[in-house]
Amino acid sequence: MVYDFNELSGMQIDALKEIGNIGAGNAATALAQMINDKIDMSVPEVNILPFAEVSNLVGGAGTHVVGIYLCVEGSAPCSILFMMPIQQACLLVDMLMGRTFGSTTPDNMEDMEISAMAEVGNIISATYLNALSMFTQLNFIPSVPAIGMDMAGALLDSVLAVFGAVADHVLVLETEFHKEGQDVMGHFFLLPEPGSLDIILSALGVNV
Amino acid sequence: MADFKIASAPDKLMTAGLGSCIGICVLDKKSKIAGLAHIMLPSSTQAKSVQNRAKFADTAIEDLLQEMKKQGARTNALVAKIAGGAQMFKFSGESDILKIGERNAIAVKENLKQQGIRLLASDVGGNYGRTITFDAETGELFIRTIGHGERVI
Repeated sequence: MVYDFNELSGMQIDALKEIGNIGAGNAATALAQMINDKIDMSVPEVNILPFAEVSNLVGGAGTHVVGIYLCVEGSAPCSILFMMPIQQACLLVDMLMGRTFGSTTPDNMEDMEISAMAEVGNIISATYLNALSMFTQLNFIPSVPAIGMDMAGALLDSVLAVFGAVADHVLVLETEFHKEGQDVMGHFFLLPEPGSLDIILSALGVNV
Repeated sequence: MADFKIASAPDKLMTAGLGSCIGICVLDKKSKIAGLAHIMLPSSTQAKSVQNRAKFADTAIEDLLQEMKKQGARTNALVAKIAGGAQMFKFSGESDILKIGERNAIAVKENLKQQGIRLLASDVGGNYGRTITFDAETGELFIRTIGHGERVI
């Protein structure tokens, strides 16, 4: 059978959430190594949401956001979207580049800043997938990240369209970054292709 | 997203953040009854399950017309304007995700033609999102973007 996320049990959600936490821990280490400075990351919340509500997380479908999309191949193909409002993304770039908070603005986001954002998306996705891979013994091969800066709804529908024919729910991991008293919040969306969620859950040993 | 709404003058219909999706605006100029469908995918025939008919170009247009008719619109004199169908992410590798916007636009145009609805104007394609407002009174479609200007078609 093909699972939709809303049919998952509490235990199954907990398992996916715990993997998210482990992934976030590894991502924080990787980010800290990259910028040679301490950066904290946590996953305060994991949610299963219907598509229609997803854009509300970032302030509505018309909100200007940065989105990083990765296509994951392997034994359980899925897609990953990491998204945050553009003002938050600017703060994250400041964090990564060791700048004073507020120096990066949506208007001066250039290749270097965009590339830094793409790298964050890449690291978060790779560390989540590594954690998932460790627990499931499955192989995940992420693509090069694609980055988009536009309305939240516009970025989301392009990704969701691929899954729209199958499931109506997505798994969302709230992701927080902290450095020097500044918090930045982003959202990490995992969208398994048809059948992939079953494979992941059986490999985790939490399938019903 | 994946739904439709009906309104009559002086009300306006709005949908925010169209990416590869398409906003289909249909109007009966005489009764000033307007409909706006926000579709995600080109065809219900390729889907494994069709739980939400408003997701697909073909079924959404059918349902939208039926509902407009119910509310008193004359279905033999309908006109339409469409917007959306962009490609939001650039990839080096080719995949279906790239072409959904384009496929949506083609499917919408075909379905409108089949239903005998005249397409007055369209603003589709590109690599940016659109927020649209359709005025049931004037039939004007106002399009807002981030960094690609505003226009009325």
